[in-house]
Amino acid sequence: MNQNNTARFINIGERTNVTGSARFKKLVMADDYAAAVEVARQQVENGAQVIDVNMDEGLLDAEHAMTTFLKLIAAEPDIARVPVMVDSSKWDVIEAGLKCVSGKPIVNSISMKEGEAPFLEQARLCMAYGAAVVVMAFDETGQADTKARKIEICKRAYDLLVAEGFPPEDIIFDPNIFAVATGIEDHDRYGLDFLEAVREIKAQCPHAKTSGGLSNLSFSFRGNETVRRAMHSVFLYHAIPAGLDMAIVNAGQLDVYDTIDPELRDACEDVILMRPLPGGSAHESATERLIALAESYKGKSVADEKAAEEWRGWEVKRRLEHALVKGIDAHVVADTEEARAALEASGGRPIEVIEGPLMDGMNVVGDLFGSGKMFLPQVVKSARVMKKAVAHLIPHIEDEKEEGARAKGTIIMATVKGDVHDIGKNIVGVVLQCNGYEVIDMGVMVPWQDIIKAAKDHDADMIGLSGLITPSLDEMVTVAEEMQLAGMTMPLLIGGATTSKVHTALRIDPKYDGPVIHVLDASRAVGVASKLLSDTQRDGFVTEVADQYTAVRDARAGKAEKQLMSLSEARANYYDAYLSDKPAPPLKPGIHVFDDWPLEKLREYIDWTPFFRAWELHGNYPAILQDDVVGESARSLKADADAMLDQIVSEKWLTARGVCGMWPCARDGDDVIIHRVNREEHVRLPFLRQQIKKSRDRANMCLSDFIDPDGDWIGGFAVGIHGIEGHSARFQADKDDYSDILLKALADRFAEAFAEALHQHVRTDLWGYAPGEQLTNLALIKEEYRGIRPAPGYPACPDHSLKPTLFELLDAEVNTGLNLTENFAMYPTAAVSGFYFGHPESQYFGVAKIGRDQLEDYAQRRGVDLALAERWLRPNL
Amino acid sequence: MSLCPNPREALRTAAKERVLIFDGAFGTQIQDRKLTEADYAGELGLKADQKGNNDILALTRPDVIADITRAYLDAGSDVISTNTFSANRISQADYAAEDQVAAINIASAKIARALADEYAEKDAANGLDCPRFVAGAIGPTNKTLSLSPDVEDPGFREISFDELVAVYKEQAEALIEGGADFILIETVFDTLNAKAGVMAVKQLEADLGRDVPVMISMTLTDLSGRNLSGHTVEAFWYAVRHANPVTIGLNCSFGADQLRPHVQVLSGIADTLLMAYPNAGLPNELGEYDEMPATTAGLVKQWAVNGQANILGGCCGSSPSHIKAIADAVAGVAPRAVPSAPTEMRLAGLEPFVVAA
Repeated sequence: MNQNNTARFINIGERTNVTGSARFKKLVMADDYAAAVEVARQQVENGAQVIDVNMDEGLLDAEHAMTTFLKLIAAEPDIARVPVMVDSSKWDVIEAGLKCVSGKPIVNSISMKEGEAPFLEQARLCMAYGAAVVVMAFDETGQADTKARKIEICKRAYDLLVAEGFPPEDIIFDPNIFAVATGIEDHDRYGLDFLEAVREIKAQCPHAKTSGGLSNLSFSFRGNETVRRAMHSVFLYHAIPAGLDMAIVNAGQLDVYDTIDPELRDACEDVILMRPLPGGSAHESATERLIALAESYKGKSVADEKAAEEWRGWEVKRRLEHALVKGIDAHVVADTEEARAALEASGGRPIEVIEGPLMDGMNVVGDLFGSGKMFLPQVVKSARVMKKAVAHLIPHIEDEKEEGARAKGTIIMATVKGDVHDIGKNIVGVVLQCNGYEVIDMGVMVPWQDIIKAAKDHDADMIGLSGLITPSLDEMVTVAEEMQLAGMTMPLLIGGATTSKVHTALRIDPKYDGPVIHVLDASRAVGVASKLLSDTQRDGFVTEVADQYTAVRDARAGKAEKQLMSLSEARANYYDAYLSDKPAPPLKPGIHVFDDWPLEKLREYIDWTPFFRAWELHGNYPAILQDDVVGESARSLKADADAMLDQIVSEKWLTARGVCGMWPCARDGDDVIIHRVNREEHVRLPFLRQQIKKSRDRANMCLSDFIDPDGDWIGGFAVGIHGIEGHSARFQADKDDYSDILLKALADRFAEAFAEALHQHVRTDLWGYAPGEQLTNLALIKEEYRGIRPAPGYPACPDHSLKPTLFELLDAEVNTGLNLTENFAMYPTAAVSGFYFGHPESQYFGVAKIGRDQLEDYAQRRGVDLALAERWLRPNL
Repeated sequence: MSLCPNPREALRTAAKERVLIFDGAFGTQIQDRKLTEADYAGELGLKADQKGNNDILALTRPDVIADITRAYLDAGSDVISTNTFSANRISQADYAAEDQVAAINIASAKIARALADEYAEKDAANGLDCPRFVAGAIGPTNKTLSLSPDVEDPGFREISFDELVAVYKEQAEALIEGGADFILIETVFDTLNAKAGVMAVKQLEADLGRDVPVMISMTLTDLSGRNLSGHTVEAFWYAVRHANPVTIGLNCSFGADQLRPHVQVLSGIADTLLMAYPNAGLPNELGEYDEMPATTAGLVKQWAVNGQANILGGCCGSSPSHIKAIADAVAGVAPRAVPSAPTEMRLAGLEPFVVAA
């Protein structure tokens, strides 16, 4: 086939046809629809412009299989983008299928087999459903085999349909492709009859199309793929000019006509076109010759399985680049050694391996990442390959006592004091290292003194600060102030989940005269670093950012507290929950400790969307796996995560410890007073109230609004995941940042999953206000259950300093092994704590900005001085 | 009851002369009247609260519906719609008013019919030949045939094709009985729902033994030009073209500004009348529509001037003032000439697939 023919010819995928694909049949019979859907996807990827779906198999409920499969592929945009051919010999199955197809499909097929009346009735229904239709050359007396019968039946059907008002352009005739080279002489003409009939039908039936099922043709050569492919390609080569518009064919398995072995091609052509053999022997027909020739192709796989490993044959420099770009670490040490030995033999030095091929490869990675063609998980994998290569070279370099490769710049990175979160910081560190920067990673909980000392000791070019919890924002302000006092001028980079351009502009930038830059995510880090270190771009960039921050400050200055209500007004507009609906007292009040919640159970509760977000792959799970842009990256990351999860669970890497409790309480103003059994003093939980002016009749909420002043119940919990340290150290020793970050991200997911699972256990059993709750994991993620579990430090309850109170109520340090830093971050990092509210109207909200009046009131309620309260609540002021 | 024995032909004839005017939103107009539960509930004695059930006002406060319809006719609407967007068995179930479905649709259509006829007669008395048409509006329901509400189970559907056909047919039958000229299948977010609507009308045609012309109007849910079931504007047209609709078009979606490129695409391929009635801009932070009538009119006028529209109106947030502004703006502008389409096989998945002749 040449290009011109294929351009106007339609490939209909046949792999989603149980009669055409043994594999698809097996999957459907086994109810493995997920894999069956993948078959459809492959077909479309391989170029099928329409996909044929056929479930006609004696042991299947074809109607059920057809509708199930069609509904499933409707949910897959990269499959559903092409039209469907609903294929069955049973009209009921076709009609059931038509009720599931939203575009304009093709029906395959109807015919006059049972006479004109049912034929026309089915055609009318096709019109009503809005479908084109394949009409088989079949009438009351049977299937058309000769050219004359094919033409006669098709013309008769055409006239009937057009008279009925059927659009002629929506009619497709299938004049039956039968097997040739069967050894039966009557069958020899089948190929040629089809070709000639197609030409005539197109002439006699204006606007109508023709089609055929190609695999029948080569039926005699089952098991000999090479010959079958050649026959199909040769047949199409002749059928398309004759007027064939489409064929049901495995789009991935057609050969280009010109590349078929000429001997085989001629033999196929002789059979299909019934060409007389040149100097033909009376004893050898075209069929016999093809059969004889076919023997020599038996069992040969055209697909070269070695193709995937082809890169191993390339020269070493290219192999290194390929390994870096693809993140393959299997051969990197051997390849690095080969490159080093070669250099040594030619008088070069080991460092040149890094400066040459390795940095070249990493530059390719950097470019691809920068232009959005590679994504974070892949880059981190590339970094792993790089680190392994460098680790191999270090001893050689040290032997030579030569200078290390000159880095583009040196960056001090640290998670600030009081905070223990480091996934984001590690990712940025890896990305910067990949791009040739030297990164001095000081770890977590780093006091400002150490940061400033390290910057001086290493003669650093800039400092990068990271943090996740809100008190870290304040700590960053402190670092900036101290840098100013120390007379430093180097740029200060700010990053982490709670940081923002606005906070940086309003609070940090004014404290330090040097450049302060907020870095939104890892992908921006390299651009920022390179501009700051560029002689030509630095000043312009610094001025531009400073101007932006000034603009942010100016915009804020005008707004101030204008839209805030007074605290008393806000309290008057409280949320009026229907308190009679409050939950019944818990079935099992008091403290419950869980020393080792089974990991395999928690795995089912994992919410994957935030996991992908941690890797800067944005989109909702599971749709993200099929995303046009990041889908491939996401699938590969998910596969690695699943593999590690298998190990975590089977080898018991981690331990999930948790505690929860429920206590009687009552609302007192904006506080909730907890009454503890056998204890004199009550525990006061002060909560904050929204003060922003609300539109219409929306309330100014406070968590205490969901608690009855006349007596109610409240709960609390803390969960943590222990045991990552040993594995993390092992990965770091192995230069494997990728696995290290993966493990930390999964531990975080386990902590969240534990919080979810424990909350469900509380609702259905311990508190027991929702005993019959039946929710899928997705419904849990969407918070469709009754009640909430707000965490201190999050929008509904922004004061992190409530954590010590909560921990004391739960005796959480003893019961879960969790500790709090001075800024109330939990350690181990993979931990969640919060309160349980059971009222059906309880809901999440953000406290957002509060006024001075509430700050003062809160300080008093909390029993702390104003300055401390101000520090705790600064993000809300 | 209709003045026109053949509304399909009459609409085509009128649309050859000038750009016709559709009506605007009912919802915001009703809201402005601050009706109480008693207004909504009337004497029907239904089990659930009716406040918010705008469609039931045809039975309980027909004067309100008539007022609004009259305001649109005064503003210049040639085609008015019935206030029946949610008057189907599925949506009315939320108000325990399933049994009222037929009554609501009949009453609504009668209100619109009587007013349309009154205005046409008034025009005729003044020597003007200006027929007014009634489009019986059928909303999409809140159920979808193409999507699963459960991400964990993408093969699940809340409703079947046949069930939805029955729901639509019940409504369409009552609308026609009440005197609607057309069945307007509007705000189509799910193409398969629209195909069920078409099937319902085809069954109704078979029952009545006559042509029941449909108008079909798609709504886009993203700026790239797809509806919720993922169909592009072209794919959607090919998927419903078998309905032989008297109009095809777009409504709701976003404001006219964002809708412009998609109207242009549809105008190029649709071999029937094109009707577009966008929202009055995009909602502001408070969820309110604040685009001024002159702004909306200026934007949609451009479509008329470009020869891309036959009938123009408004959707969410539009008022009689918007309709008046649009009518004034397009007065005298030549209507779109309906193109003829070449004979080609047009298939569609989520994307169009045309097989050259």
